[in-house]
Amino acid sequence: MTGAYLGVDVGSVSTNVVVVDGDGKILARRYLRTDGRPIETVQKGIKQIGEEIGDKVRIAGAGTTGSARHLSSMIIGADIVKNEITAHAVAALNVNPQVQTIIEIGGQDSKIIILRDGVVIDFAMNTVCAAGTGSFLDQQAARLRIPIEEFGSIALQAKNPVRIAGRCAVFAESDMIHKQQLGYNIEDIIAGLCEALVRNYLNNVGKGKEILAPILFQGGVAANLGLVKAFEKYLGQEVIVPENYDVMGAVGAALLARDAVSRKRTTLFKGFKIKDLTFKTSSFECKGCSNLCEVVQFYQDGELLARWGDRCGKWEVQAS
Amino acid sequence: MRISFPRMGYSYIAFKYLVENIGHDCVVPPEPSKKTLDLGVRYSPEFACIPFKILMGTYLEVAEMGADTIITSGGVGPCRAGYYWIMHQQILKELGIEMNIIGFEPPLHDLRDFWKKLKLVWKSGGVSYKEFVRVLQVAWEKLKAIDDLEQLSFHVRPYEVVRGETTRTLWKALEMLDQACTVADIAAARDEGARLLNLVTRDETRDPLRVGIIGEIYVVLEPSANHYLQIMLGEMGVSVDRSIYLTGYCGRNTIVTPEDDVFAMARPYLNEAPIGGHGVNSVGETVLYAKHGFDGVVQLAPFACIPEIVAKSIIPRISRELDIPVLTLFIDEQTGKAGVQTRIEAFIDLLEKRRERKRKGRGRLVV
Repeated sequence: MTGAYLGVDVGSVSTNVVVVDGDGKILARRYLRTDGRPIETVQKGIKQIGEEIGDKVRIAGAGTTGSARHLSSMIIGADIVKNEITAHAVAALNVNPQVQTIIEIGGQDSKIIILRDGVVIDFAMNTVCAAGTGSFLDQQAARLRIPIEEFGSIALQAKNPVRIAGRCAVFAESDMIHKQQLGYNIEDIIAGLCEALVRNYLNNVGKGKEILAPILFQGGVAANLGLVKAFEKYLGQEVIVPENYDVMGAVGAALLARDAVSRKRTTLFKGFKIKDLTFKTSSFECKGCSNLCEVVQFYQDGELLARWGDRCGKWEVQAS
Repeated sequence: MRISFPRMGYSYIAFKYLVENIGHDCVVPPEPSKKTLDLGVRYSPEFACIPFKILMGTYLEVAEMGADTIITSGGVGPCRAGYYWIMHQQILKELGIEMNIIGFEPPLHDLRDFWKKLKLVWKSGGVSYKEFVRVLQVAWEKLKAIDDLEQLSFHVRPYEVVRGETTRTLWKALEMLDQACTVADIAAARDEGARLLNLVTRDETRDPLRVGIIGEIYVVLEPSANHYLQIMLGEMGVSVDRSIYLTGYCGRNTIVTPEDDVFAMARPYLNEAPIGGHGVNSVGETVLYAKHGFDGVVQLAPFACIPEIVAKSIIPRISRELDIPVLTLFIDEQTGKAGVQTRIEAFIDLLEKRRERKRKGRGRLVV
């Protein structure tokens, strides 16, 4: 059996699980909706991947990323836990070593990563507001009863995109509704929304950044052709959507795991059997001092594996 | 009077001493919590920045605890925070809460106003002028000792082997300071606190990155307003330097202004009218951190803070010219710290890679 690497990216909207070979080529991949249940979704993803290729490869290393990266590392037994920015950069460099700009838009986050000579030199991420991210597009698609998958291609049919205020998702929605009630075409409104999101992105996370080609567009939202076109229009440059744009974070985590185990040569991965384990979390408020920290406890098959959330560290037990 | 004041980090220890020893009762403001935020957001204008909302909540909490007077500071220059105490007073009045807010402006700004307010606090307490001055001096010593110990903790924490040991030791040291009542006792407590901090088990093989923290004073100084960023960075193995200390701030803004340094540093980048708040400081301090060889800078800004937004727009140029990465974090009502953690982790990755590459470039040994 050949050695392969597992990457798990648990985000607000989607949970992605991939298995890659030593060169980062994808052997198996799953894109699941997190649906607010990260633990079950990770188990489900691992189960499906295990059924597909569990008997063909040996997992030599595992990594996690995404906003639930610490939680998912406890579930699968990860060799490395990395933030999404580093994971996306690593995956993008593997696809295109010359990449200088990464646009990444996910469910709740949008980020820009600036690289030079294969190294991240700057990045920015939306801080206070999630305007212009995948969740908002999801909502608007649902409101218009358009499958999100068709959202982008409808935008491409627009002849005359209307102007939508993109500064804030709530403002954008009311502006869209006003325009729709005035009788504008749905495709012109959707295309207008795409342009508003791009303006907001460039003006917010992209502010002050030197955006040079090659530009890679990653994250679930890159499926939206209307946005790709709007980015190209505003940047005046080609925007490349890599083949596995929607699971790049997971690929990055797998590649980082490969590098991590190359040094220590063993893996902490618990194996595909984790689908049969029960994981549970509970939390309590520590009354030890006035901080009243909310401490989370993590159990595997009834056994306490880890605690976190306390500021002073007194509840922390290391997972063995 | 039953006096309270805004909570900013550990400074309450010194202010408590001050209030109690000039003949008043002290209502120690509780650490800003979910309750503070709920109250503050509920009774503040929606567009006010987070320091306003947290203080609003704090004032309502201390009113409930029996405070009848709040001592706070005003501010100079085009930043709306200078008017906040007046707004707070109005809102409390509308809510039917009997509370007198005394906002001290920098003395050089309006000496008569300063003296009038100081006299009110002194006379109503009933201690002699000599005693009043003595207590002020002791409180000032306390404040300095608090700053010293906290600063030391920033340099110890990145080396700690057991997570939380530095923080717990710091709390212990601050408790000792809290008990100290004379200049000599304070010096002894500070030395003992420093000794204990230096005894924290350290892993000397670590090579911490050095990161400076700049930004608006309230979100920089009150840990609960910035997701305990300084502790978070320390526990990730970063040695932190904070641009603002209360003693530094008071020392500069009340009697003399050797802020000239920072302002001079900022001038090549910002030659127009002063932008108020800590905007000019943020620009100047970024330059200073770059010149002192820091690995990076984190800017903390309340969401929609004009001075910090102006600074943020200028900083990319400093970043490029002086080769220092800067991460800006906007702070608002959000209490989930996962987002901040992600950005900080990524920033540290970036700084580490950068340092590695620089050292290789210079042919220095990478440890």
